[in-house]
Amino acid sequence: MSEAVKAVESEVEGGNRLSAFAKREIGRVLALGSLVVIFIFFTIMRPVFASWENVSGGILMSTTVIGLLAIGTTFVIITGGIDLSIGTATALVAIIVGKTVMALDLGVVSGMIVGVVVGGLVGVINGLLITVLKLPPFIATLATMKAAQGLALIVSDMKPVLFTTDVKGWDSIAQGNLIPKIPNGVLILFVGAIIAAIILNKTVIGRYTFAIGSNEAATKLSGVKVNNWLVAIYGLGGLYVGMAAVVLTSRLGSARPDLGLGYELEAIAAVIIGGTSLLGGKGTISGTIIGALIMAVLVNGLRILELQQEWQYVITGIVIVIAVWGDNVRRRRAGETS
Amino acid sequence: MATTQLLSLTGVSKEFPGVKALNNVRFDLNEGEVHAIVGENGAGKSTLMKILSGIYKKDTGDIVYKGNHVNVSSPLEAQKLGISIIHQELNLMPDLTVAQNIFIGREDRRKGRVFLDNAKLNKAAKELLDELELVLDPKQIVGELTIAKQQMVEIAKAVSYRGQVIIMDEPTSSLTPSETEALFKIIRTLKAAGKGVVYISHRLEELSKITDRITVIRDGEYVKTLTTTETSIPEVISLMVGRKVDQDQRPEARPLSNEIVLKVEGISDLNLLRDVSFDLRKGEILGFAGLMGAGRTELARALIGADPKTAGKIFLHGNEIKIKNPSDAVKAGIGYLSEDRKKYGLLLIQNITFNVILSSIPSFSNKFGFLKTKPAGSIVRDVIKKLSIRTPSENQYVKNLSGGNQQKVVIAKWLTRDCEILIFDEPTRGIDVGAKDEIYKLLTKLASEGKAIIMISSELPEILRMSDRIAVMCEGKLTGIIDNKDADQNKIMQYATKFRD
Ligand SMILES: Nc1ncnc2c1ncn2[C@@H]1O[C@H](COP(=O)(O)OP(=O)(O)OP(=O)(O)O)[C@@H](O)[C@H]1O
Ligand SMILES: [Mg+2]
Repeated sequence: MSEAVKAVESEVEGGNRLSAFAKREIGRVLALGSLVVIFIFFTIMRPVFASWENVSGGILMSTTVIGLLAIGTTFVIITGGIDLSIGTATALVAIIVGKTVMALDLGVVSGMIVGVVVGGLVGVINGLLITVLKLPPFIATLATMKAAQGLALIVSDMKPVLFTTDVKGWDSIAQGNLIPKIPNGVLILFVGAIIAAIILNKTVIGRYTFAIGSNEAATKLSGVKVNNWLVAIYGLGGLYVGMAAVVLTSRLGSARPDLGLGYELEAIAAVIIGGTSLLGGKGTISGTIIGALIMAVLVNGLRILELQQEWQYVITGIVIVIAVWGDNVRRRRAGETS
Repeated sequence: MATTQLLSLTGVSKEFPGVKALNNVRFDLNEGEVHAIVGENGAGKSTLMKILSGIYKKDTGDIVYKGNHVNVSSPLEAQKLGISIIHQELNLMPDLTVAQNIFIGREDRRKGRVFLDNAKLNKAAKELLDELELVLDPKQIVGELTIAKQQMVEIAKAVSYRGQVIIMDEPTSSLTPSETEALFKIIRTLKAAGKGVVYISHRLEELSKITDRITVIRDGEYVKTLTTTETSIPEVISLMVGRKVDQDQRPEARPLSNEIVLKVEGISDLNLLRDVSFDLRKGEILGFAGLMGAGRTELARALIGADPKTAGKIFLHGNEIKIKNPSDAVKAGIGYLSEDRKKYGLLLIQNITFNVILSSIPSFSNKFGFLKTKPAGSIVRDVIKKLSIRTPSENQYVKNLSGGNQQKVVIAKWLTRDCEILIFDEPTRGIDVGAKDEIYKLLTKLASEGKAIIMISSELPEILRMSDRIAVMCEGKLTGIIDNKDADQNKIMQYATKFRD
């Protein structure tokens, strides 16, 4: 008898766990659902939309840069901070990578390392401005945003740096196919996302990211060196900026000093659509990826429907409102207090 | 005087995911009556009051107010009906002034109805404060007030609605005896004006002073309603916890070790602290007594590096250590439990496990920085059991726990960190008698295991019951250290007021 009871109990527990899982994950399930619905809608309107060329070359490829930026900035936003500099920092890193690779005649791997390191440095500078000078994140990164924009123009002498022809294989960073049919840029995005998700959920820095965003004062009194961790977290975000810059140059075959401004807001929008709270303490990487995909699918689909770009902007705005409002309604239904 | 019923609740039930917070509870209130609700932490007192004030929706039950069935669907609805509530946790806007806080949402405007009339607002606040005999400046920024003063602002705000029913959820938990007296005076005035007051408190000795009836609830169930003059504290306690609890026992004099764990020499800070020195021995509970504002919390914060010191040395086992920030203190094995757990102790939007292991992350991770969640889970379940934290699981969000259980989570955090020196700042604030008793036993046990404990408390019976030695502070200075066997309330009060008047 006891065996039977145990079996029933474990089943009940399993059921509870499943429903608890459903409850916890419902935000992301809904976001994923909307993504699928939007996708199906465009496919019905224009079947070519669902072709693999369009999906991989059009949608996924165009998500790579914003997606990588959004992954990095998810960490920052979960701490309750914000990073406005990631857009122009992408341009600056791209220029620096282009110049260094050309000047020192570097290969693909060293070039990528330069990008990631320089990106990380920009993040560390943001972190230091916030923790040492005690500037609010919004102000600190607004300042670096402007400074990076200027520096990109100065270093490049306002001219694009072309380097595809000279650096063998640079274009394959994003456009090659390590795995058949999947562009490397897309591979980088998904591997980057998986690594980020592991860092966020399974490691100490991820844990402190949530802790700081939940209650910075209490975290400090628990003996956590909040300032050091914040520098590390902004630095981590910067690594993804560096990777985004490398992918961007590879896709374009050049580094352009004027490209990047505005990327930060698209990345932040992806994070928000993905259900991460601007108040800090809550968020997921998978949500961010779904958010970035929703934006890319919309842009691509509306373009295929030959809707003018102006309207694409308007619709993106509406989607942000719907996504965040829907999430609020769901939370209220679930009895969560904010 | 014939009693007129103002309010009655019957058959009220409320379930949260995994928690039956209230089950078929009833409660009623007459005009001109103070009716207490008592029960252990998590018994459902605050939940019942939140239902009455429109914050939570009841699952079942009926509310009759002034003879009519009502459905209190929102806080605004409650306000309109004339029901106002002072919440257990303060709900003020720290950057606004006292007057702005009191009249938030009901601001006076100038003739054109566009601009705010601050002068009128301040005048109205001044009149209200005078009426309640509260010494507060309407123009002062609330965030600059002590917690006790902020509590007074909450009380003034609740009264300002001029409702018929005022609910007070643990209004005295951060008040000194004289401030409590001031509150009682206000309550008596309200009573004389025919209003009904619902009074929730864990300080049972207050009940006989101020209440007419007492309703006991336990585990979300209605137990009994008693008439205050016909009952006694022990009866109330046994109804609350379902067993007997010893109160006010002094510890048997434990043999004190001579080993000095912590030596503090001449600590001063920018504002208040002047040249504070003391020793803390192994296995000792050193109580810190004093009036509000004596500098006990400031001393603790300076000690752990949360606030800067201007002078002073700290020795751990005879070696001088530098503590510049809280992480140095934690590394040296000094844990601090803040008196304001919501602000400085807890991550409310995270679950119990997250909070409990927060100080010990390094021991729950490997050298590559990966967290080891499995051992964390079982350790947290153990400590939940050890402290009897009332929760469906270790994954419950801390914001969903009752106030007392939240406090236990903070204690659990430092127990898990295994600190050698523990500084408890008001460890039993807002904690019920049963749990208080458990926490006292726990502190004694920790001390006998060799931990050195500093316990800051404003409750003299608690200080006398728990401490081996008692350090008394007044206006930032240490005025004396007394052995428990030589101490009594008078002597402590003498030291605590040494520099006053
Ligand atoms: N929003 C919520 N979600 C889930 N559970 C909740 C929520 N609010 C309260 N609870 C649970 O309901 C029970 C009753 O809590 P309540 O706050 O009413 O207790 P209380 O009697 O006021 O205790 P205390 O004396 O500690 O303040 C507790 O077990 C608590 O964990
Ligand atoms: Mg309560």
